[in-house]
Amino acid sequence: MLDAKIPSGSLDDKWTAYKGHCKLVNPANKRKLEVIVVGTGLAGASAAASLGELGYKVKAFCYQDSPRRAHSIAAQGGINAAKNYQNDGDSIFRLFYDTIKGGDYRAREANVHRLAEVSGNIIDQCVAQGVPFAREYGGLLSNRSFGGTQVQRTFYAAGQTGQQLLIGAYQALERQVALGNVKMYPRHEMLEVVKIDDKARGIIARNLVSGELERHFGHAVLLCTGGYGNVFYLSTNAMGCNVTAAWKAHKDGAAFANPCFTQIHPTCIPVSGDHQSKLTLMSESLRNDGRIWVPKKKKDERKAIDIPEEERDYYLERRYPAFGNLVPRDVASRAAKERCDEGYGVGTSKQAVYLDFADAIVRYGKIEAGKEGNDHMSMEDIIVLGKEVVKEKYGNLFDMYEKITGENPYEFPMRIYPAVHYTMGGLWVDYELQTTVKGLYCLGEANFSDHGANRLGASALMQGLADGYFVIPYTLGNNLADDIYSKAIETSHPAFEAAEKVANDRIQKLMNIKGKQSVESFHKRLGKIIWDKCGMARNEKGLQEAIREVQALKKEFWSDVRIPGEVNEMNPELDKANRVADFIELGELMCIDALNRNESCGGHFREEYQTEEGEALRDDANYMYVAAWEYKAEHEWNLHKEPLIYDVVKPSQRSYK
Amino acid sequence: MKFDLNNDKLYRMEHYNMNLTVKVWRQKNSKDKGGFVSYQVKDISSEMSFLEMIDVLNEKLIVEGAEPIAFDHDCREGICGQCSLYINGKPHGPWMANTTCQLHMRAFKDGDTIVVEPWRAGAFPVIKDLMVDRSAFDRIIQAGGYISVNTGNAVDGNSLPINKDHADASFAAAMCIGCGACVAACKNSSAMLFLSAKVSHLALLPQGEPERKSRVLNMVAQMDKEGFGACTNTGACEATCPKEISISNIARLNKEYLFSSLTSDK
Repeated sequence: MLDAKIPSGSLDDKWTAYKGHCKLVNPANKRKLEVIVVGTGLAGASAAASLGELGYKVKAFCYQDSPRRAHSIAAQGGINAAKNYQNDGDSIFRLFYDTIKGGDYRAREANVHRLAEVSGNIIDQCVAQGVPFAREYGGLLSNRSFGGTQVQRTFYAAGQTGQQLLIGAYQALERQVALGNVKMYPRHEMLEVVKIDDKARGIIARNLVSGELERHFGHAVLLCTGGYGNVFYLSTNAMGCNVTAAWKAHKDGAAFANPCFTQIHPTCIPVSGDHQSKLTLMSESLRNDGRIWVPKKKKDERKAIDIPEEERDYYLERRYPAFGNLVPRDVASRAAKERCDEGYGVGTSKQAVYLDFADAIVRYGKIEAGKEGNDHMSMEDIIVLGKEVVKEKYGNLFDMYEKITGENPYEFPMRIYPAVHYTMGGLWVDYELQTTVKGLYCLGEANFSDHGANRLGASALMQGLADGYFVIPYTLGNNLADDIYSKAIETSHPAFEAAEKVANDRIQKLMNIKGKQSVESFHKRLGKIIWDKCGMARNEKGLQEAIREVQALKKEFWSDVRIPGEVNEMNPELDKANRVADFIELGELMCIDALNRNESCGGHFREEYQTEEGEALRDDANYMYVAAWEYKAEHEWNLHKEPLIYDVVKPSQRSYK
Repeated sequence: MKFDLNNDKLYRMEHYNMNLTVKVWRQKNSKDKGGFVSYQVKDISSEMSFLEMIDVLNEKLIVEGAEPIAFDHDCREGICGQCSLYINGKPHGPWMANTTCQLHMRAFKDGDTIVVEPWRAGAFPVIKDLMVDRSAFDRIIQAGGYISVNTGNAVDGNSLPINKDHADASFAAAMCIGCGACVAACKNSSAMLFLSAKVSHLALLPQGEPERKSRVLNMVAQMDKEGFGACTNTGACEATCPKEISISNIARLNKEYLFSSLTSDK
């Protein structure tokens, strides 16, 4: 079932050789080929714009009121590229190697190498579009460091890199809309894939304003619908982020790969109460300058500033001297959990650690004083100057922290705790980004391909744009070249009718339950099960319990959920119900996948499998594969294994010490 | 140097609970006339965000069998621009430089009455309750808010050094989140701050130079076509902008517009 279609030849040449030999579609034929793009984040917007430029007839869909709002916009820290502008030894190979190692040797070499190869083109493309990256005084692009690397390869625009990149892609997309090459459908949600002769040939989408179900034909369908972090209810994802499109594709034949690989980001604002609806990330870039610590004494009730230096435990610097505060996310998150579980946590909930900028403020202040030639400046004045520098670097993040917590992070260390942030798992795709359903593609976070068991910081933006700008324009053509004789299919075709009936029946079924509990309350309960038992640490017993609990929750949902309002009107509760119903089913598969993987790797930490020092212990002999799950029936999946073959990198115990 | 925001309530560190009256604009659809409905909400924590307070109210409405209030929101971290709401007569509520989703309940006290309305502007018709249609903004961008460069072989990013001050000013304008608060705050429902932010973002960069004249002329024409009002320089837009986009961008827009009108070849 799984043919990754990885080109032969040496790793360095695969992508070049592929591009040199793939089939092309001539401009006259492109005009006759229709492509559906679902989701308009970095992957979707860049794909829709690029395919429109090539001359395909594109239809793009998003659930938000404008493609500019997709959640890629919230990415803060930056985007990696192997430019080596800093002359610090970076190269395509190093970016490739860091990503493979960061992913704990569970990603495909060929895909990751291609990602590293095109990373530089992304920066060039974005600069050409007018993305205002941070610059040095000489006018050249600025870089900073991110976790899991020892070079400075991260390009950024203050703490709003995702916003600026998305606006760049959005503008390119709107240009194609203006030129008539792309038709945009905002406030639409895909509910079914339409398959004809085993090929994806369209979608059924709900117009979220009128409530009508619409049929849309496409010679190919691209899902660029982001990750499934909201299965945890609380996450740093936007409220509307959902797995529905990917899940419907899965139930229609697309294999779902490595669903248990989820990323818990170490630096988020801690939960403040039961009312909490979402969590907010504090960018990883803060770990460049912030030092993470907890008191050396358990249950220390003193204020942070009253705890003297020698009574603080800078546990990341202690455990991982080589990378210090810049270890990869999975390592930093587990270390924070370990300290809190041991009773060293801070704040009212004791589920938090400090991220402290006091040292950085003094360090920067002294540099500024030095620039002024003043070697005798008072500490107070140094601190004033240092705060100015920190404000320039991280001002918007500090403001955000202040608004949410009511505390001033320039005076007191931030309190942070890990939170769900990204999902490495997703629809299985081959080298061409095609799923196991012909004609159905998956790009960006929604696919599983590039980050293995853990994603490095500033790599999500890179992957989304690589897939959309530089990969799919080639690989789609290679497949559509055989489709130039296929005429557009009328949406009155029985397959469209049948798919619409499936979507409509489910909506009617949901509306007719007329139970007592809100959709939100079910979502919260699902999130708690998954967080407690399939979160930062998992074990066999907990996962077995979680599977039973999720199955029971599903029954209860389908017999007691209450959805007010009507079908044929705007009905946000109905939309949410559609999404939560799919999250529940995905939750079960996540636990099954986590239970199957009897090893720890990256973000998947099985308590039974750890080294003496508490690090993830892989089992390469038995689990060096992609777990691709094929849907059979309710509660029933078949496991297909794609072996991971490392020709170039030698997998070893990951060490950041 | 001051780091404190301009609302001292933000620093009220102690947590407290409050009971509130919330007067909300309810409107079934774009054709419905609509009107205010008052609701009581109890035991709201000062730690909650404003939208979490609406979540609590909606949960109560659903359990009671009523229809929940429809409102736009997504990222809930102040960057996507989807949330809106006119709160006590101000777009995005009482805090400066803030979006509704980042407004927290410590801005209010026990016993307060809070009035919640949708954005008010002819070019932003109400869809339902507090949701409005802001697609006019997308059409303004379609009229020229981009640099015409296809995906492909762009030159090396560092082959085009850009003066840092210009790059920073461009970035400051590009921070616009397209929420529409500027339009909602303006007595003329003018979209000049939104438009000027995009024109400035691109005009300040050398990449924007080739289309500099046609961009501003076409975007202004589209803005007029959408039914946004004229600018009379009251500055309400700048005062309400969650990203503190400067009104000096409007001055730049006017300069660009005049210059382009006089010198354009078309």
